[in-house]
Amino acid sequence: MKIEININNNIEIHEVEPRVTLLDFIRDNVGLKGTHAGCEHGVCGACTVLMNGEAVRSCLVLAVQSMGDKIITIEGVNSEDSESGLLNIIQDAFCEKHGLQCGYCTSGMILTAEALLKVNTSPTREEVREAISGNICRCTGYVQIVDSIMLAADRLSKRNTSPDKS
Amino acid sequence: MKPAPFNYERPKTLDAVCDFLAKNSNSLILAGGQSLLPMLSMRLSRPSLLIDVAHVKGFEEIKKIGNTINIGPMVRQSVALESSVLKNHLPLLIKALPFVGHPPIRVRGTLGGSLVQADPSGEIPLVAVTLGAVFHIRDGNDNIEILARDFFLGPMLTAMPSSGCLYKISFPVSKYSKIGCGFHEIASRKSDYAFASTAVQIEQNENGKIETISLGIGGALDYPQVINISGYNEKKINLKLLKELISEALLNIDFVGDFHASASYRKRVTIKLASRSFSDALKEIGYI
Repeated sequence: MKIEININNNIEIHEVEPRVTLLDFIRDNVGLKGTHAGCEHGVCGACTVLMNGEAVRSCLVLAVQSMGDKIITIEGVNSEDSESGLLNIIQDAFCEKHGLQCGYCTSGMILTAEALLKVNTSPTREEVREAISGNICRCTGYVQIVDSIMLAADRLSKRNTSPDKS
Repeated sequence: MKPAPFNYERPKTLDAVCDFLAKNSNSLILAGGQSLLPMLSMRLSRPSLLIDVAHVKGFEEIKKIGNTINIGPMVRQSVALESSVLKNHLPLLIKALPFVGHPPIRVRGTLGGSLVQADPSGEIPLVAVTLGAVFHIRDGNDNIEILARDFFLGPMLTAMPSSGCLYKISFPVSKYSKIGCGFHEIASRKSDYAFASTAVQIEQNENGKIETISLGIGGALDYPQVINISGYNEKKINLKLLKELISEALLNIDFVGDFHASASYRKRVTIKLASRSFSDALKEIGYI
């Protein structure tokens, strides 16, 4: 089947079999390798992408189902300046707070955090844990990941305030 | 881990869905896909055709008509959680939904898909049974109505005809002025398959008299079941009495025992969870 999906604001048109998941479409057809294949059956969260602004598992969606949806992967997460290669606030916070070690879960974690902070600008640690409860990290023990998301939330909420006041 | 090949159709009407079902005996309906996709990937399921019902007209609607809440099968769990109609009229469903999967699963997962999947530990089937929901199914040219408590027959086993399509779920609206409810479950980690889950709804009339008590149990049995609690009319209800009544009601129920949790553990924990759910419900109506 010939399908058309909007990925990181580019219309991607490819010929695929119906059985191809959105995950494999992104990695193999579009060639964006930042979305990671972990368990491929919806347990680990490594393949999380944003679909119409909400975090979903790309291994649990068929590419053919996503026709008409707007997908953002880790490569497109810096929507303000996607060409620059610069990190966005959440990505920066993960670096600063050591929110990763091997990095395999990180793209999923960041996109899950992105979806959370869009609807909840000042989450509690408990709410952050709830949001990332479907993303498995085998390195960090999650504490630094929660720290990273809390720091990102703080920075995002202060983004438009004058530096004098903070 | 890749699914075996299949064809894909995306019909826009219920008639077209039924046509595809009638013509292909090895076809499956794809709703949210959050349980079906893993089964396809592990090749536990090998349909020749997937019928994606996401674009069928009216399948995403939530409507209150008279004393009934009608829910389309494609209503996503995350959408249901934010629905003001459901918040006002089906508070038990709203309490249960946060236990369904993880947030990214609820974005895609649907109410209808979860009901037809009929996982014994599914929270939505449990609520449907507890609240006396009715499932509206189209099979060819026939419209069939099945009560939730007659629909579930065993683990992943339902009364759904092989060429049937669930097109509407109806929940009755309580006729009493006050509703209290509680939902509790236990799993090895949050949002995993529950070992035991309990749903309680208590309805009180304007004079403060408790009119109905509904207790549903899931996870611990082969399929969700309503447990009859009798003997509460004569006495003033308190938690101690309720615990006795629950234990009595569960005497002849066969609990599931497996690798994860023994039958006696499941029974013990069900009584505890049911007591907690009752406590929440009674607090909500200001009874305790």
